[in-house]
Amino acid sequence: MTLARIDNVSVRFGSKVVLQNLSLEIEEGAITCLIGLSGAGKSTILRLLNGLRKPDSGHVYVKGVDICCMGNQNLIDFRSKVGFAFQFAALFDSMSVFDNVALPLREHTKLSREKIAEIVMRTLETVGLESARDKFPSELSGGMLKRAGFARAVVNNPDLVLYDEPTTGLDPIITHLLTDTIVRLRKQLSGTAVVISHDLQSIYMMADYVAMLFEGAIISYGTVDELKRSTNPIVQQFLRGSEVGPIPI
Amino acid sequence: MKVLDDVGRGTIGLLEYAGGVAQLSAESGSFIGRMRIRLNEAFAQAYFLGVQSTAIVLLTSLFTGMVISLESAEQAVQFGVGDLVGGGVAFISARELGPMLSAVVVAGRTAAAIAAELGSMVVTEQVEALEALGLSPIQMLVVPRLLALAIMLPILTIFADIVSVIGGMWLAQTVAHISFETFITSARQAVGIEDVLKGLLKALVFGCIIALIGSYQGLSTRGGAAGVGRATTGAVVTSIILIFATNFIMSFLLFGYRG
Repeated sequence: MTLARIDNVSVRFGSKVVLQNLSLEIEEGAITCLIGLSGAGKSTILRLLNGLRKPDSGHVYVKGVDICCMGNQNLIDFRSKVGFAFQFAALFDSMSVFDNVALPLREHTKLSREKIAEIVMRTLETVGLESARDKFPSELSGGMLKRAGFARAVVNNPDLVLYDEPTTGLDPIITHLLTDTIVRLRKQLSGTAVVISHDLQSIYMMADYVAMLFEGAIISYGTVDELKRSTNPIVQQFLRGSEVGPIPI
Repeated sequence: MKVLDDVGRGTIGLLEYAGGVAQLSAESGSFIGRMRIRLNEAFAQAYFLGVQSTAIVLLTSLFTGMVISLESAEQAVQFGVGDLVGGGVAFISARELGPMLSAVVVAGRTAAAIAAELGSMVVTEQVEALEALGLSPIQMLVVPRLLALAIMLPILTIFADIVSVIGGMWLAQTVAHISFETFITSARQAVGIEDVLKGLLKALVFGCIIALIGSYQGLSTRGGAAGVGRATTGAVVTSIILIFATNFIMSFLLFGYRG
C-alpha cells in the first residue's frame, strides 16, 4: 500500500532544473532508500515529502492528500506527523538534548510534563542517549548528535520519518549502530521511512526498496536484489564506485 | 547601459528588502495580535537584549549630557542666560538624544547579535528544523525579540534621559557654577511630560526597527560563515540609517516646526 506519492514533479533552482517530471511511490511500512550523485536532488525529494519545498509543477500526495495545496495551518498540522532527521542533526544550540527532543511534544500536544518526560526518556533510551539528556549539542560527538536528531524526529510517533544522510562522515561502527537504530525505530513505530544514503552497506542492511536518482529522474526502483541485478550501466557504475562509465565526472 | 542595469537591479533589491521587512512585520504583528507569544523566551530576550545593554546606554548618555552642558554652560553664563542651560540639556535629551542615542547604541550591540544568532541558525538548518517540526520561526524567534526590544528600549531611554540630565547638571555646576536648583528649575520649565512621552514613542519605534531589521537580515542569510558576517554588518548599518531617518520623520510629525 502506498503512503506517499510524488506525481510528475518538477523543481528548479533559478535556471537549474533539479527534478524533471519525477514520479515516485513510497510504500507504507517500508524503508525506501534514495541514492544518487551529490546534488542530484535527493534532499529536495525529502523536502517535498514534508512540504518544506513546493514543486514548480506536479503534486505530492501523503495519505492521499495533496500537500502542495495545503494552507499554512494545515501544513503545520501535517508536518507534526512527519519526522525529519537532518544531515547535521540541526539540534537547537540553546537547548539541552532533553529539551530538543521534548519540543515537538510540548508544542503539538497537551500532555503533562511528567508524561512528556516519560516519552522523551523512553525515546532517548531507544537511541542510547539516556545519559546525555542534560548535555547541549556542542558537547555531543557526531554520532550522538545524529541519534539525538533521530530521537527528536520520532518522538511524537510520526507516520513517516525522513532521514537526510544519517551516516555520512561517521566511522563504520557508528554507521552500523545508526543503521540498526533506523531499522529498530521503524519496527517500533510500525512506520515508514525514507533514507538518503551514500553508504551501500547500510542500504543493503536496511532498505526494503531503493530508488536511484540521476539527472532529475528516477532511473531505477526496486528491492536491493533488483538493484544489484540492474542492467542499467549508470546504476552499475554507481554501485561499483567507478570513474569509468556513462556518469560524467 | 550598465549603469541603468545596476540602478534597476538596486531598485528591485531595495523593494524586495522593504517588502520582506514589511511582510515580517505583518506576520509578527499577527502573532502578537492573536497573543501567540512565548513569554519565557521574550523575558530571556529582554534580559539579554535590554538589561545587558544598560551599562553601555547609561555611559554614553552620561557623557553626552556632560558634553552638551560643557559646550553650552560657559557661553550661556557669558551671555547672562546661565539659567537656561538645564532646560537646554533636558529638552534635547528627552526629545532627541535620549531615544536616538540609546537606539543607536542598542542597535550596534543587539542588531548584530540578533542577525548573527538567526543567521547561524539558518546556515546550520535549525530554522528549517523548526519549520519541519511544524513550528513558525517568526513566532519562535522574531516575536520574542520584537517584544523585548519594543519594551526595553523605552525603559532604557528613561534611564538615559535621567542620567544625561544628571551628568549635565553636575558639569554645569562644576564648570559654570550653575546651581543644581537653577538647573532643575530650568529643566522643569522647558520639558513637559508630553515631550518625554513622545521621546519614548520614538524609542518604541526604534526598538521595533532594530528587532525587525536584525531578524530579517538573520533569516535571509545565505552562504555559510561569510553570509553570517554580511548579515551582521548589514543589520547594524541598515538599522542605524533607518533610526536616523525615522527620527527625523517622527520629530517633524510629533514636534513640528515652531518657527
